[in-house]
Amino acid sequence: MKNRKALFGFKDLKVEVEGKEVVKGVSLEIAPGEIHAIMGPNGSGKSSLSNALMGHPGYEITSGEAYLSGENLLDMEADERSRAGLFLAFQYPLAIPGVTVANFLRAALKSHRGPDADMTDFRRLLKAEMKSLSIDESFATRYLNDGFSGGEKKRVEILQMSVLNPQVALLDETDSGLDIDALKTVADGINRYHSENNGILLVTHYQRLLNYVKPDYVHVMIGGRLVKSGGPELALKLEESGYDWVAEEVGQKAGV
Amino acid sequence: MSDAVRQQNQQLRTINQDYATKYGFRDPVDYFHKGARGISHEVVEMISRMKNEPRWMSDRRHEALDIFMAKPMPGWGNTELLNEIDFDNIYYFMKPIENQQTSWDDVPEYIRKTFDKLGIPEAEKSFLGGVSAQYESEVVYHSMKEDLKQQGVVFLDMDSGLREYEEIVKKNFGTVIPSTDNKFAALNTAVWSGGSFIYVPPGVDVKIPLQAYFRINAENMGQFERTLIIADKGSRVHYIEGCTAPVYSTDSLHSAVVELIAMEDAYIRYTTIQNWARNIYNLVTKRATAHKNATVEWVDGNLGSRLTMKYPCIQLVGEGAKGEILSVAFAGVDQHQDAGAKVIHAAPNTSSRITSKSISKDNGRASYRGLAKVHKKAVNSKISVECDALLIGEDARSDTYPTMEIDNEQVRVEHEARVSKVAEEQLFYLTSRGLTEDDARLLIVNGFMEPFTKELPLEYAVELNRLIELEMEGSIG
Ligand SMILES: Nc1ncnc2c1ncn2[C@@H]1O[C@H](COP(=O)(O)OP(=O)(O)OP(=O)(O)O)[C@@H](O)[C@H]1O
Ligand SMILES: [Mg+2]
Repeated sequence: MKNRKALFGFKDLKVEVEGKEVVKGVSLEIAPGEIHAIMGPNGSGKSSLSNALMGHPGYEITSGEAYLSGENLLDMEADERSRAGLFLAFQYPLAIPGVTVANFLRAALKSHRGPDADMTDFRRLLKAEMKSLSIDESFATRYLNDGFSGGEKKRVEILQMSVLNPQVALLDETDSGLDIDALKTVADGINRYHSENNGILLVTHYQRLLNYVKPDYVHVMIGGRLVKSGGPELALKLEESGYDWVAEEVGQKAGV
Repeated sequence: MSDAVRQQNQQLRTINQDYATKYGFRDPVDYFHKGARGISHEVVEMISRMKNEPRWMSDRRHEALDIFMAKPMPGWGNTELLNEIDFDNIYYFMKPIENQQTSWDDVPEYIRKTFDKLGIPEAEKSFLGGVSAQYESEVVYHSMKEDLKQQGVVFLDMDSGLREYEEIVKKNFGTVIPSTDNKFAALNTAVWSGGSFIYVPPGVDVKIPLQAYFRINAENMGQFERTLIIADKGSRVHYIEGCTAPVYSTDSLHSAVVELIAMEDAYIRYTTIQNWARNIYNLVTKRATAHKNATVEWVDGNLGSRLTMKYPCIQLVGEGAKGEILSVAFAGVDQHQDAGAKVIHAAPNTSSRITSKSISKDNGRASYRGLAKVHKKAVNSKISVECDALLIGEDARSDTYPTMEIDNEQVRVEHEARVSKVAEEQLFYLTSRGLTEDDARLLIVNGFMEPFTKELPLEYAVELNRLIELEMEGSIG
């Protein structure tokens, strides 16, 4: 397909959850600096793919390969994948009662930097990133996602990304649940993070995020397969006409 | 997945291995006085004589011994373990040194070293208003800040309390917990030694905590400290106790009695962090009486021991009195934490809140045993009970035995009980941010304990988190 120096990619990847194959052989490569978007109907396997890539034990990769900066991701546990530079912003972030956002993020950043690393800059870093994302300071001492609104959770996912500054960020419907202003704030956050050295794979249902975060490629996922790829214009067309025409084009019924 | 669980269990099996080095060391001691094993009226008489007590106290002891011998073992809790206690094999009284000291320099070096290792003199310097250190049966060191003395605050070991404030002790001793209450309260009354006596005069606010530290060193030692705290009208006090013991192959017994009396508008908080070795039987009776508009709070953390049975109680006898009991228990391998809380509403407009958190790991077992009783005249009372259990590993066990006896219709009662496991989804969320699985699990456990930890003075919160970390730690290389 593309250049060999892809930052991140996977090939013929198949994923099973609860004994059922939900991702049925997908391949993709992301070069440094690229933004890819995946769109597709509910239940087509987008989150399963993201979870499997991040190393969720419930999503078993039955065949295929996946790598990041030349390293085999499939040999690694979730925490090792994170420290290798992979990040997943969850579609449904979980609450961790009793663990404050600040303590959690400090522990996470420390795990990336190593046990003896200097963390004296942490407070300042956290404060600055929270400010850029218009997250109130009080959130630093709130329990992670505990009682957060849908939009607040998504913002805090992006906060985590900003603090950890991964090589590749998988963003699973980070735009859903955001009001119009928050969408802009979050999009700004993603753009601030994005550089020519890192890559983004974002999953979305709507064009609106893509107005702010411009993808280089758009892929369509239907029934566990990536069935079509194109440029940003593909997203516009999907928004206008839905998925049926793609399904017909590839001779397969849409949805699951 | 089951592989991962098995591996996790394997790692967790070796918990608190550090206890042996951190707290489990033993001192070779030449005791000033070491009695014989076993209990009898002769032993009781000997203890009383050595202490040079007034006759009435000695009579109480003998009377209590008869009650102890007559009373059967409790028929609830962990009866199997209870019946393993060999009362004839226990030393009921050991006096490490002849006289109590008020300067650490005068405490014999081996004892001072022990408390040094436990961080006590350091803590005294940094944040405590007064310190008492008990080694086996007797308090070996005692001190209190000068300004508190000047305000009339009394903080003594119980033996000195009896000598110097006999009238107050005579009037209050055993009024909250009579010898007849239970077998172990009777035993304590018969052979008690050490513990703390605190009296706070009306209106005095003791702003910095007073602390006692109880240390068992000898094998088969029975420690029976007796604590009485009286907060007079409108006064406030926070008392903290910590406990440890070495690791021996045979059991030791810790059976304390703690009585609190909060007079009108007074406030008492009693914080305990117990981290006993795994062969200690920890059978403690703690009860408070709260008079009109008084507040009593028990903050009770239980780690270690073989069997703990402890149910801090608050009797709300005055109108508008408030009680709060916040407890955590950590039950590891072969341990049973049978802990709980009791509140008795005996006056109108009283309120109570019980929050109980337990963690069971491996084959550890944590039980919550609670009683909430509301008398007829306690109208407009409020009770809330929340029990939260966290299970780690397939064999961990938790049970809840709540009892409510409510003789009154104008009462608001809330009761919630939850049992959860460290969810795989939560672990994944944290590990996906770079934390190792062990760190992630520890963070979740600490989060679970947070409502408790945040009530502790910072130094204790840090220490407790460290203890939990030791409990959670995988095999140590
Ligand atoms: N943990 C799970 N247990 C059982 N089935 C699952 C699980 N996770 C996903 N599935 C199933 O796998 C299929 C794909 O789900 P997935 O969440 O990956 O879809 P999606 O494309 O992200 O959908 P959406 O757009 O609604 O988020 C669905 O049929 C779903 O029910
Ligand atoms: Mg999804």
